[in-house]
Amino acid sequence: MNQFEEQAEIIRQEKLTPEIFRLTVKAPEIASHALPGQFVMVRTAPCYDPLLRRPLSIHQTIGNQQVQLLYKVVGKGTRMLAAMRPGHTLNLTGPLGNGFAFKNRPAICLIGGGMGIAPLYFLAREILRVTTPPKCVVLLGGRTAAELGPLPRDFKDIGMTEIHSATDDGSLGHHGFVAELLPKHLDSGHDWTVCACGPHPMMKAVVGQCRQQGWQCQVSLETMMACGISACLGCAIPRADLSGPYLHVCKDGPVFNAEEVAWL
Amino acid sequence: MNQPDLRVTIGALVFKNPVLTASGTFGYAKEFAPYVNLHHLGGVVVKGISLEPRRGNPPPRIVETAGGMLNAIGLENVGVDRFIAEKMDYLRGIGTRVIVNILGDSLEEYQTLAQRLSEVEGISALEVNISCPNVKKGGVAFGTDPAMAEAVTRAVCAHTALPVIVKLSPNVTDITAIAKAVEAGGAQAVSLINTLLGMAIDIRSRRPRLANIVGGLSGPAIKPIALRMVWQVAQAVKIPVIGIGGITTTEDALEFLLAGATAIEVGTANFVNPRASEEIVEGLGRYVTENRLNGISEVIGGLVLD
Repeated sequence: MNQFEEQAEIIRQEKLTPEIFRLTVKAPEIASHALPGQFVMVRTAPCYDPLLRRPLSIHQTIGNQQVQLLYKVVGKGTRMLAAMRPGHTLNLTGPLGNGFAFKNRPAICLIGGGMGIAPLYFLAREILRVTTPPKCVVLLGGRTAAELGPLPRDFKDIGMTEIHSATDDGSLGHHGFVAELLPKHLDSGHDWTVCACGPHPMMKAVVGQCRQQGWQCQVSLETMMACGISACLGCAIPRADLSGPYLHVCKDGPVFNAEEVAWL
Repeated sequence: MNQPDLRVTIGALVFKNPVLTASGTFGYAKEFAPYVNLHHLGGVVVKGISLEPRRGNPPPRIVETAGGMLNAIGLENVGVDRFIAEKMDYLRGIGTRVIVNILGDSLEEYQTLAQRLSEVEGISALEVNISCPNVKKGGVAFGTDPAMAEAVTRAVCAHTALPVIVKLSPNVTDITAIAKAVEAGGAQAVSLINTLLGMAIDIRSRRPRLANIVGGLSGPAIKPIALRMVWQVAQAVKIPVIGIGGITTTEDALEFLLAGATAIEVGTANFVNPRASEEIVEGLGRYVTENRLNGISEVIGGLVLD
């Protein structure tokens, strides 16, 4: 098993908005083994309150040396994380879980909402590095243009050409939900693979449209999680048919084929 | 310099050190192999096993609390057949003692489990989870009634030659009464405490945070309660006591040994620091060396009362 615990030195802590941060740490073992869609468990404090590690998906790896995380301050743990500065160290375990399947696809769409965009950037980079699909569309959703911040440009800078945004307040791109961009920008002539990550209602809408169009859809899911290595069994989710043993997001996911899981 | 002597004895079993991992917090050991030298541990207590596979509770199953966590996993496990077929091969090779935690909802289920596992090579002992409801007795937990606790212990002991450790629930008025009952029933040791029943509410939705409404509290938050109960039980029974409850550091482990525990189990700390158990083994070794002790067993029950 290629899993590691690393005491990672913080290289950069960038405040993208008052709430959203981009953290770059030195973690060579994790960086050189990570696949897009995998996550790390971050110990946000060396003490026991908050007690548990936080699962964060990998935003990108840099040169087999560094791991970058994109996160939003939502509670005590992420607030403590945001207070950390270059030179401080952070304990990470990972890379964990299964990533996206993206090789040999004729057309790929990456669709993300809010912090769900985090793993899609890593995926976009790997798509461009490993394979060149004839078509690749990036759809990004956020509450406001400010929340999306530098992300649309980041995707453009690495060579993605078709990027469309949607914001709840209309301050950037389409005024509305990002899922509404799917029929607009994905032509029915292609055999699309849709990779989605974001809030539950957005994902549910994306999965519904993919089902209608017969597109293959992969989703990256988030749950409460204590260990990340399938020991606590806290991250259970029901299967599509609601029967049989539960799936576990840490080990069976976090990326699932959308048809494996229940959309309640 | 000589290696510090960390050996402890429970019944006829000698453990290379007193550090075990608590059931339900260490999977089937393989999950921790990337992080821990498993053979450095005193032993591993694997995830609780029932006769049939159990699906467990619906999510959400866990919630973080101040210095701890609540869980209502609902005893999800693969069942004894798959456990023997799929997990034991690996466990036989980890270089430390394997203790299998068992659970059931009738005396018969406990008996059958004890019998099945006795035939399996590579198991050092059974740990009996008696915090489960007895379905035939109206769902009252075996572990909350001295007579039922004694009966289930007797039933298990009659069907296995393996040493039997009974894991006690703290959700009782007098834990020493239960400890004495399982001692009378033939247990070679008791381990305590299991989780404390707790609850958390989301004030925005006004709903419980766990789908099961209530769950078991674990982690550093429960350590003082666990320590107090271990101390009380250690005085009440003659059989060895295994201390469990919020143990996160070497200092925590030493407190439990001083209170009278012969060994300890590391639980929730495994989630936070996957190397916690091995670090405690290392820390106990340093303690023995620095204090020029003949061995860690000198610490057991060494609480000084003036």
